[in-house]
Order: sequence, then structure tokens, then C-alpha cells
Amino acid sequence: MNLHEYQAKALLKRFQVPVQEGIPADNSEAAVDAFKKLRMETGTKWAVIKAQIHAGGRGKGRIAGTEQRGVAIAKNAEEVKTIAGNLIGGTLVTVQTGVSGKKVNKVLVAQDVYYPGPSPVKEFYLSILLDRSRGQHVLIYSTEGGMDIEEVASHNPERIFREWVYPGSALKPFQARKIAFNLGLQGEANRHMVKFVISLYDAYSSLDCALIEINPLFKTADDRILAVDCKMRLDDNALFRHPDLADLRDITEEDPAEVEAGKYNLNFVKLDGNVGCMVNGAGLAMATMDMIKLSGGEPATFLDVGGTANAQTVEAGFRIILKDPKVKAILINIFGGIVRCDRVAQGVIDAYRSIGDIRIPIIVRLQGTNAEAAKELIEKSGLKVQSAILLSEAAALVNQAVA
Amino acid sequence: MVQGFTGTEGTFHATQMIEYGTCLVGGVTPGKGGTMHLDRPVFNTVDQAARATGADVSILFVPPAFAADAIMEAADAGIRLVVCITEGIPVQDMVLVQQYLKGKATRLVGPNCPGVISADLCKVGIMPGFVFRKGHIGIVSKSGTLTYEAADQVVKAGLGISTAIGIGGDPIIGTPTREAVALLMEDPETRGIVMIGEIGGNMEADAAAYVKKEGNKPVVGFIAGQTAPPGRRMGHAGAIVGGAEDTAAAKMAIMRASGIHVVDSPADIGKTMASVLRER
Repeated sequence: MNLHEYQAKALLKRFQVPVQEGIPADNSEAAVDAFKKLRMETGTKWAVIKAQIHAGGRGKGRIAGTEQRGVAIAKNAEEVKTIAGNLIGGTLVTVQTGVSGKKVNKVLVAQDVYYPGPSPVKEFYLSILLDRSRGQHVLIYSTEGGMDIEEVASHNPERIFREWVYPGSALKPFQARKIAFNLGLQGEANRHMVKFVISLYDAYSSLDCALIEINPLFKTADDRILAVDCKMRLDDNALFRHPDLADLRDITEEDPAEVEAGKYNLNFVKLDGNVGCMVNGAGLAMATMDMIKLSGGEPATFLDVGGTANAQTVEAGFRIILKDPKVKAILINIFGGIVRCDRVAQGVIDAYRSIGDIRIPIIVRLQGTNAEAAKELIEKSGLKVQSAILLSEAAALVNQAVA
Repeated sequence: MVQGFTGTEGTFHATQMIEYGTCLVGGVTPGKGGTMHLDRPVFNTVDQAARATGADVSILFVPPAFAADAIMEAADAGIRLVVCITEGIPVQDMVLVQQYLKGKATRLVGPNCPGVISADLCKVGIMPGFVFRKGHIGIVSKSGTLTYEAADQVVKAGLGISTAIGIGGDPIIGTPTREAVALLMEDPETRGIVMIGEIGGNMEADAAAYVKKEGNKPVVGFIAGQTAPPGRRMGHAGAIVGGAEDTAAAKMAIMRASGIHVVDSPADIGKTMASVLRER
């Protein structure tokens, strides 16, 4: 589950991680109020207005049809109102959102951290995630903050450092010192960085995060260390331990069809193609998508109906796929192991009759337990459903359907 | 033995395993020790069950919140092979389990896997046994139904299955692809290996390096998720494309360069294995 910047920062503060202060607002009047309050609380002169969407690249992105950037400086209340008004309700297009962009429902009115002081400001990069190959969590950090870290990794790999954490342990003080010194920090700033990374790792492990990325990780002109941005993803499997965090889910950020599918326990990802598929099992579902592509189509869905494919789930799957006008054919691929194919076939027939008007070809491939009986059921149903037993037969039928 | 023996899943699959011929001697459900279930004794702890029955293999149908603890309990009791079927275990729990298992003689298969089957001999898993007709092809796979699909194709191509190992689709698993492939390379019953991977992680690349260096049997490979968009999780917690080197195409190139017969279409797994074996 992905969180918004403002949500992530609020969580970090619970763990004494210093952040760039800010107040979320969902309309331009509220943004102006937030600006006034922020001025009182932090003494900031200007404010940074940041669109809250689940995607990066906001600073360079623009609201569709305008020149408004997703992150902008406001020097007074009037500018706060204008920028917030431009952002909220607009569609922000960044390198990470794709061309369709994401609707902005909230902005974060945040303090300006580039204030003058005795030492130069600095931007760093820091993320924490699982290193699968070692089975350990790793802190990845760099002196090159504020930029695309994949670019740093390819051009200046020597500027990227890694620190692995012993399983079940906190980040050790010596590790935190290593990080602070590798980032070139001395004195007060060094001590603040040590505290920052220890607290940040505490937040990461206590909240069961799958990812924390701080970019930029910022040193102010008076040597404080702040998280200026925060991308946070929680481990969905661990949400049962954090019932309060489940409320942070923003379903407006998710595809409505995917939310709908979730209600029926269907594992669904919307794709951009012309052949919808419904499969039992995640691996077989991916393999089926690949086969559709090799047969000349493009997969329109990843849809795993799980271990209990019955009339209800099949019908829900049908309805979700049929909502997409680009879909030219539907392939149902079920390998019946514990589920019996004849029952799935009956489910397909019932769902088909219940929906009624289906104008695109349906290809049903049922293999495994009672596959022959299933094929017979479908052929006798009189419905316009093509059936196959071998995967290669199904591939050929997909090829015909999209030709 | 079965951990989570008396639950719905445990009961259903224990029955299936017994029917298949697996030597199932009992199970564990804390609080139900001393009772009988499916004509077999139920124990409160794995330690009691192991000492009373001599069981050295355990299969887990324990809910995700308690599964990590159950795996460690089995390892602590000296169980040699632990097969964890449970899906949805938090990553941090698995990081601890992996650390706990270091230096112990216990092999973990899974979690989030269909289990292990040696055709006509023994099934410690949830796969439909009839699909796995006896033969000499071993299968290593991250996913359930795709394993059945591969087995079915291998059988229809006139071959059969020796042992199939479902290693699981999570980011952290007990037996990575490389170790499972190595086990089949050393298995005298196995003459060829089907290796099925997915997007996400570098386990297939590790296994490919092993095949290139130590391989003595033909390997047919497939990577699911060639059409998966980056950054989206495809059902399995581990099936997500990260960076540019993490794609299915990159994995397939590494596997090809290591002498693995990589198929583009999942429909070609069985016939490719048959033709590779004919050519030898």
C-alpha cells in the first residue's frame, strides 16, 4: 500500500524523524489558512505547495493543459491561493504517471527549507528496502540527492553506498556514523544525521514498511537534517498488525476496476491491451498474458481468480473485463487441480447467461480435473463460446479472434 | 506431519495426501493435543509430535500471522524438511525466519508454494496428484497452476515427472531456484529439468550460473511476466519488476547464455523438453 507524502511525514514524526513541516489542504482557502498557520508555527517566509499524488517526478511534471508545475514556491498568500487552485482538481502528468496523469485532490503546504544560514545547504538521497538476495533490509544512500537515483547508479556508481541491517536488530550506532561520515558531514550536522537514520530505520521496521525513500534528504543552512520528501510503501501482508494504518489507503489513487475486483477477492491489474484474460493462479496468469502477446494480441488484464473459480467470481471477472471497450476477446484459462473443470464450466455458462449480451468472442480453456466433461458442457450450452483443452489450441483461437 | 492439522485447509489436504500414499503420521494444533484427527494423533507442539512419531517432514497450513513462528518451531524440533503453503506472511517475519534457519539442518520450501511431489511415491503439498505421472523430468517452479500446466505438457509429450518442487512466489523463500535445481541435478531419477521463473529478483540468474558451471542434465526454462508492466505487483508478492535489469527479457537472455533451452511461449514447455531429450 502506497502512502501520500503528507501521511508518510506524519508517521515519521511519530518516530522523532525530523521532517520539512507542512499542512495538507484540499481547497485553496484551506491552503491559505495552512500557509498562515505554518508561518506562525515555523517562521517560514515562503511556502512550497506540493501536489499529493502517488507518483514521483512532481517538480518537473505539469498540470494537464497548463504550465503549472506539481511543486511550486509561493511567496505570499495570494500566490498560495493561485497555485493551490491550479493544482487541486487538476490532472498532474509526470514521468511516472503515464500520459493520463493523476488527479490532484490535496496539496501539502510546506515550509521553505532553503533559508540562509552559516553553512551551505546540501541534498542527499536515502532509501530503505529489502535486499532479496541477502534476505536483509538495506539502506541505500548517496551524496547526490534530489535527482533520479537510477541515473546516479548508472553514471556515478561510486557515489552510492549500501548498509545492510542485521535481521531483527536496530540500525547500530556505528552504522549510522558510517552513513553520516560517508555523506561528508561533520560536527552538529553529523550528529543530527546519526540520530536521523537510527530513527528512520526504527520507523521502517516498526511500521512494517516495504519501502521508505527520502529524496531529498536535506541539510539546512543551520545544520539540521530533514526529510523534505518521503515516499513510503507498507507491506500489505503486515497490515493486520497495524489496523490504524489501513485507514490511510486512498482508493481514489487506485484504478476503480481494481478496487471493484478486490471486493470479489480477484487479484486484478488493469493493462492496456485488447484481450482480457481470467486465470487461476498468478504464475499461470502471467504466462497466459505472455501467450496472448505471442499470439498477436495484447493482454488487457492480469486477472487471477484464485483457487475457487465459481459462477460468482467468473461473473464478476466478466463484468470487470467487459467494462473496457478496447477488449476484443476474452480468454479464460483454468487449470483444474482441486477445482473441478466441469464446475468452472458451469460457472462460465451461468455467468454468460446472467450477463446476457456479450458481443465479443469468449475462449475457454479448461484443463485438468474433468476437462473433457467441461468441454462437452460448454459445447452443448449453445453459447457462442469456443473451447480448448491444450494451451496451444487456446493460443491459436486468440490469434483468430484478434486477426 | 501437518502443522495446522485440524483446520479446514489442513484437513482437506491431509486427506488428499493420505490418499496419494504419503506416510502421514500425525499433526499439530495447539490446544487439541491428545485427540485424534483423520485416524492420526494430534499434538500440542511440534517437539511432542516429532518425538512421539519420528516424523522428519512437516507441511504447514498455519495462518499468515502465526506461520513464521510455526516454521521456527519445526526447525527447533529438528524437522529436516518444512514445506510452508501459507500465503501472505509479512516480509519482516521471513527475514527473521531466514536468519533463524542459518546453521540449522532444516530445509524450508516456500512459503506461498504448492509443495513438493515425487510422482507415485509421496506428495507433501496441495497439487493435484493425477497430473504428475511417473517419469524422469524434474520441475522447479515459483507458481502453482503453472507447475501443473508444465507437468501436464511434459506428460502429454510422452515423458513424465520424477519430482516437482514448488519453491514459492514470495520475495524471501527457503529454497531458491538454484538450490532446487541443484537437488534435481543430483537426483538419479531425474534426466531433464524444467525451470519456471517469474519477473522479480535474481534467483533465475543465480540458477543459470549454476547450470552453466555444474549442470549435467538438459534444462528447459520459461519466465512468466514478459508482458508485465514495471512497478506493478503481479499477484505474487515477489513478482514485481524493479530496475531495467530485472525484466523477463533480461533473465531469459542470461538463461540462454548459460545453455538453458528457454521457451518464449508457455505452450512450448513440454514439446521442447521432448525434442531436447531426443537430440541427446
